[in-house]
Amino acid sequence: MEYVNAIEMKNITKTFGSVIANNKVNLDIRKGEILSVLGENGCGKTTLMNMLAGIYYPDEGQIFVNGEEVTIRSPKDAFNLKIGMVHQHFKLVDVFTAAQNIALGVKDNGLYSIKKIATEVREMGSRYGFKINPNKLIHEMSVSEKQTVEIIKVLFRGANILILDEPTAVLTPQEIKTLFAVLREMKKDGKSIVIITHKLNEVMEISDRVAVLRKGEHIATVETSETNEKALADMMVGKKLNLNIDRKEPVNPKPRLIIEHMTVKNRDGINAVDDVSFTVNGGEILGIAGISGNGQKELLEGIAGLQKVESGDIIFHNPKKDKPVTFFHKTLRKIKKMAAEGCFHDPEGRKINFDGYKNKEIVRLVNEEKVLFYEDEIIDLRHRTPREIQELGIKLSFVPEDRLNMGLVGNMSIIDNMALRSYRKGKSIFVNKKRPKNLADKIIDELEVVTPSDMTPVRRLSGGNVQKVLVGREISSSPKVLMAAYPVRGLDINSSYLIYNLLNQQKEKNVAVIFVGEDLDVLLALSDRLVVLSGGKVAGVVDARKVTKEEVGLLMLSNAKAEEAEAVKAELKKEGTVVPVEENNSEEVIAEEKEDKE
Amino acid sequence: MIVTFLSGAIRLSATFLYGSTGEIITEKAGHLNLGIPGVMSVGAAAGCLSVYYLLKAKIYSSLLLILLPFLTTIVAGGLMGLLYSFLTVSLRANQNVTGLALTTLGVGLAGYLMNRVKAEIMIIGKASQFYSTLFSIDSDNWFVQIFLSHGILVYLAIIIAIVAQVILNRTRLGLHLRAVGESPATADAAGINVTGYKYVATIVGSAIAALGGLFTIMDYMGGNWEYILEGFGWLSIALVIFTLWRPALSIFGSIIFGGLYIAAGYINGITFAQIELIKLLPYAMTIVVLIATSILGSKKAQPPASLGLNYFREER
Repeated sequence: MEYVNAIEMKNITKTFGSVIANNKVNLDIRKGEILSVLGENGCGKTTLMNMLAGIYYPDEGQIFVNGEEVTIRSPKDAFNLKIGMVHQHFKLVDVFTAAQNIALGVKDNGLYSIKKIATEVREMGSRYGFKINPNKLIHEMSVSEKQTVEIIKVLFRGANILILDEPTAVLTPQEIKTLFAVLREMKKDGKSIVIITHKLNEVMEISDRVAVLRKGEHIATVETSETNEKALADMMVGKKLNLNIDRKEPVNPKPRLIIEHMTVKNRDGINAVDDVSFTVNGGEILGIAGISGNGQKELLEGIAGLQKVESGDIIFHNPKKDKPVTFFHKTLRKIKKMAAEGCFHDPEGRKINFDGYKNKEIVRLVNEEKVLFYEDEIIDLRHRTPREIQELGIKLSFVPEDRLNMGLVGNMSIIDNMALRSYRKGKSIFVNKKRPKNLADKIIDELEVVTPSDMTPVRRLSGGNVQKVLVGREISSSPKVLMAAYPVRGLDINSSYLIYNLLNQQKEKNVAVIFVGEDLDVLLALSDRLVVLSGGKVAGVVDARKVTKEEVGLLMLSNAKAEEAEAVKAELKKEGTVVPVEENNSEEVIAEEKEDKE
Repeated sequence: MIVTFLSGAIRLSATFLYGSTGEIITEKAGHLNLGIPGVMSVGAAAGCLSVYYLLKAKIYSSLLLILLPFLTTIVAGGLMGLLYSFLTVSLRANQNVTGLALTTLGVGLAGYLMNRVKAEIMIIGKASQFYSTLFSIDSDNWFVQIFLSHGILVYLAIIIAIVAQVILNRTRLGLHLRAVGESPATADAAGINVTGYKYVATIVGSAIAALGGLFTIMDYMGGNWEYILEGFGWLSIALVIFTLWRPALSIFGSIIFGGLYIAAGYINGITFAQIELIKLLPYAMTIVVLIATSILGSKKAQPPASLGLNYFREER
């Protein structure tokens, strides 16, 4: 069968500084097909497509549209060639309505009329099966609605080639279904659609052909019908990696952090975290599952003291806190007796037995506060600022979702970022730079951070390396509680596993680890217990070893808007299956494969 | 007395209105031009000098004496805007620093030029061209006194503000301009020439603001060159915040500012210290508005989202 190529890219090379993002890539897009561009994070998928959309300009190579060589220097050029791209981070003006956003950059000779555009938008919506209110402001919209606006925006300009960058990353399973239905409609309409993704199941479901990229190079383009997920994963990852997450049984788990009826309001005054109660044990990883935006962020920030907690308690059990013995509570005789029983220790942690000590000496030691005993300390963290929490000696580490804004200072070097945690130490008015430098070098060495030097601004590092620096710093303070929000978001498989291993190491050190994730397979493989959040409420606390993905998926949707849940249930009855939530992705496939071999 | 007070308020309001309308247009493109006081000074100086050289060349045509300063002011203001946008748009210099430098440069340069030629006496003689009333109705009627007794530049300021409001909110041009200021990446991806819009908005904005300088010297001061433009420039920038980036609201806001500025002269028996205190009121009111909008947190009352941020397409 003869195919007509809508676009051909030949020998495309693009470099950013010394980093080669695309190396001699050849790719063609046929008319009326859905092509998946598959690859790990950072393999150059988005860069390649950005060159079609006019965001970047290739250093070398040619682009042909309908057989003619073209130069795409700006998004405008791309539009003129009927190429439109929906970016991962939506390019919408928040304070405009949907119709105003769609009108941006559109050239028609008639008078500018938002009403006319709104009518046309509605017509387009009904043609392809979109639901849209053209007069709604963008900042009042859900992610899915925003995506719809983006797609319509591109279609409105008469694009024949539609590029979607990770369109399903932010959608619920139901929304993904709707999106795919729309894409199929558009394909019927003769449009070419390119989907950038790293989710194998979606590739298999929607696309006609798959182009696989690895480390900036084009590996192959294959017909979807002639391949399977395993083969694709092989092409995508290349070499075989040991990707099994090693999960040990928790040793002696004791409650470390008890959350009781915690409620946190978000900026709009809505309860983002609504009467949440659960316990985190030392020596275990507690996974927090849920569709993003269901209160995960507010929950962690509430615990860390970054957001106001409206009600409830956050109780921290500090095990083995040294406390000096005093004569205020106990007589000398009692102290001697207790010492003989091995209740006390000196500041170095050695047991004290007062055999052969004179009373005078004992009195001196007690008065100098050198006789200590352990006490489990119970502290309510509510109403405490991060600094107060730190000063109380509670080692609470937080790896926030937004690494470069909340976790690190992008323009500062790795060393300086290390010093952010320790700058108050020492008595000199000058900051001690030696310790942060040693720490930075240690992290660079141990976590294999790829950086020109320890003086490089963190902003210049790639996503995975930024995360290594942040996690490295947070665990360097030997925390009692480690909270990590989406620590592997945007990281490739290798870096992800490095982070998983670090979390597991912390767990073995009896740290209470809270892991907020989005990939259910990882959550189930890594966590010991799983708290499922839905609509800011705890939908269930389950044993991650026993629960199935489908069960978690159902819990995730349990508190969702009533009609949404109803729709899910109706679907379940009809199809007799469970809801597909974030189905198998590359990691799982590879893990399975490994098991097969074994 | 109320009539003269209101009339004076409206007359002085033109200064602030030109300045704030120009600044709003610039800010809507995402550029915070703190060089407005400098732009106003240079614009005024250019206008004054053109009058001086016309008179020196013994040309006394009334039309030319209004038209030429008008044009030179626009050109001088536009050039200042061009300098600012070249530094901030093309070279991506820090906007605050560039703006402040432009103020220092403009105020100093204008002072130097005006002192060098000692043109004042000749100019004062011809300044009446500017402040002679546009409508030659001679009446003691309060309405005529308050609204119809001003020079041409006062009415022009109001017209420009209304036109700016309509363009910003009712046309595709305005939509694109606001998109550039809210989210340049979005505008860029939509095929809008971001650099072009930023340049044009800054230059047009500066040209309009410069007219405020011309008005102040030729009309309000009656041709006397005095160093009051810097303060008026800052007030204009404060007015932008006070009116929440809406030129139409600026018309009323500028009258309030004008009224507060001259209010001291209409109160009997106050000291110089108290006069200065009253002149502070516009700033205090701006702060109150800032506080109020922050508390209300309305998305509509916020500055353009990428105000003060330079845009570079390939930045990752």
